[in-house]
Amino acid sequence: MKRRVVITGMGVASPNAVGLADFRNAIREGRSGIRFFPELEKLKFKCQIGGKPEISEKMLQEYFSPLQLRGLNSSGIFYGVIAGKDAWKDAGLLIEEKEKPDWNSGIIFGTGILGVDKFREAIHLIDEGKTRRLGSTSVLQTMASGISAYLGGILGCGNQVTTNSSACTTGTEALLMGFDRISSGKAERMLVGSCADDGPYVWGGFDAMRILPANYNSTPEKASRPMSESAAGFVPGSGAGALLLEDLDSAKKRGAKIYAEVLGGEINSGGQRGGGSMTAANDEAVQRCIVKALENCSLKKDEIDGINGHLTATKGDVTEIKNWVNALGRKGKDFPLINSLKGMTGHCLSASGSIECVASVLQLSDNFIFPNINCEDLHPEIVKLITSENIPRETLQTEVKTIAKASFGFGDVNAVVIFKKYIA
Amino acid sequence: MSEKEIISRLKKIVQPYVQRPEGLENFRESTSFIGDLEINSANLVDVVLDVEDEFDIEIDNDSMEGMQTVGDAKKIIQQKLA
Repeated sequence: MKRRVVITGMGVASPNAVGLADFRNAIREGRSGIRFFPELEKLKFKCQIGGKPEISEKMLQEYFSPLQLRGLNSSGIFYGVIAGKDAWKDAGLLIEEKEKPDWNSGIIFGTGILGVDKFREAIHLIDEGKTRRLGSTSVLQTMASGISAYLGGILGCGNQVTTNSSACTTGTEALLMGFDRISSGKAERMLVGSCADDGPYVWGGFDAMRILPANYNSTPEKASRPMSESAAGFVPGSGAGALLLEDLDSAKKRGAKIYAEVLGGEINSGGQRGGGSMTAANDEAVQRCIVKALENCSLKKDEIDGINGHLTATKGDVTEIKNWVNALGRKGKDFPLINSLKGMTGHCLSASGSIECVASVLQLSDNFIFPNINCEDLHPEIVKLITSENIPRETLQTEVKTIAKASFGFGDVNAVVIFKKYIA
Repeated sequence: MSEKEIISRLKKIVQPYVQRPEGLENFRESTSFIGDLEINSANLVDVVLDVEDEFDIEIDNDSMEGMQTVGDAKKIIQQKLA
């Protein structure tokens, strides 16, 4: 028999708030974390704004030992470790120094690219013929699995410890992979999530692709405009989200608090065929992913109350809404409530899926729907498909039972996960 | 530079890497970096870099391999400074 999987802990380092309590406030308030960065202006970026979690020196000292901090120059590891440790502790689990690892706990923590600033440091030293000056940590900070390795060592996890990578889908995919591992009985607990590095060397490629907004450098908080007619591209972001998934029986036995249940979901790819490409989604694949996710959870199409979309603030938003409408066979007033976190955080790249999963779960456990910001001018094509009441612009205090969270990524890859309110 | 000064500077350098703090209480020439202080072998590479910075010297790979104890390190530093 398949085991039921619940969420018992969460942690987050988001551009608009670090720490779960403040993040809850931030998304309720519709707080933006998008700021102007003089460094990007100096480097002649067209888009000089972005979203970075604000982490103080003091905070780093709380989360890392002095030895770990020596030469540590990987923003993704900073964010991932903070979110991951927070989720673990939030679940009521201890961080202990003992000889034996916890064989029943594992980690799937994804990233897009890790330790870019560290890698730059290394490249300069190598080019100057000073390879031996790299020290011992450049490999650990730049390997993709650096983040899961750091967390694995800190928490003493003895089950599967790995890293996945699938662009914007990474965090949602990690969650579903962890879900599979628990539901099939291979692990009792999985810490899942994802992190993203930030700064010019990560964001430069997107600026070069001209898919970032260039006209909001003096009004950064207005720049990320999902579902708006004036959406001008996505704002790059970074950070990390982490969720502690646990077998329901184990959670009950420990008396852990339960935020929500993960019913399941689906992962697929459009194969970069049929309208799909490296950068665009195959619509049929997106719709299949949604439909199959519902099937896997034995849910009917009208049982979805809320959607947390991928919705990046590009032309793709209209297409995404069309796909939801077609997949669910629901339009106009009959469409579920829908929102996008990216108005507040920007597009946190490989961290977006996990940060948005945390936001989705908070909505279920705390009975609210966070507002969509910067879409006072809803795209007319979107309003033709669904009513504007389904796109809340103010925080709604309402009990929702089932939320579908989607992430669609470069490489034509998709993931949809379904969260359900847990009623004991 | 006196031997005493070299050893006290060395103690400061290795401090952040030490996993067995008791080993520092008896910091002397025979103290082994890995055995007594339980410094992670990967971190020994960082200790060598810190020694280079502190004493403004360069330690080649061969000398590095012979650096098992505080006494070894002291000798290498003395040679390079001479």
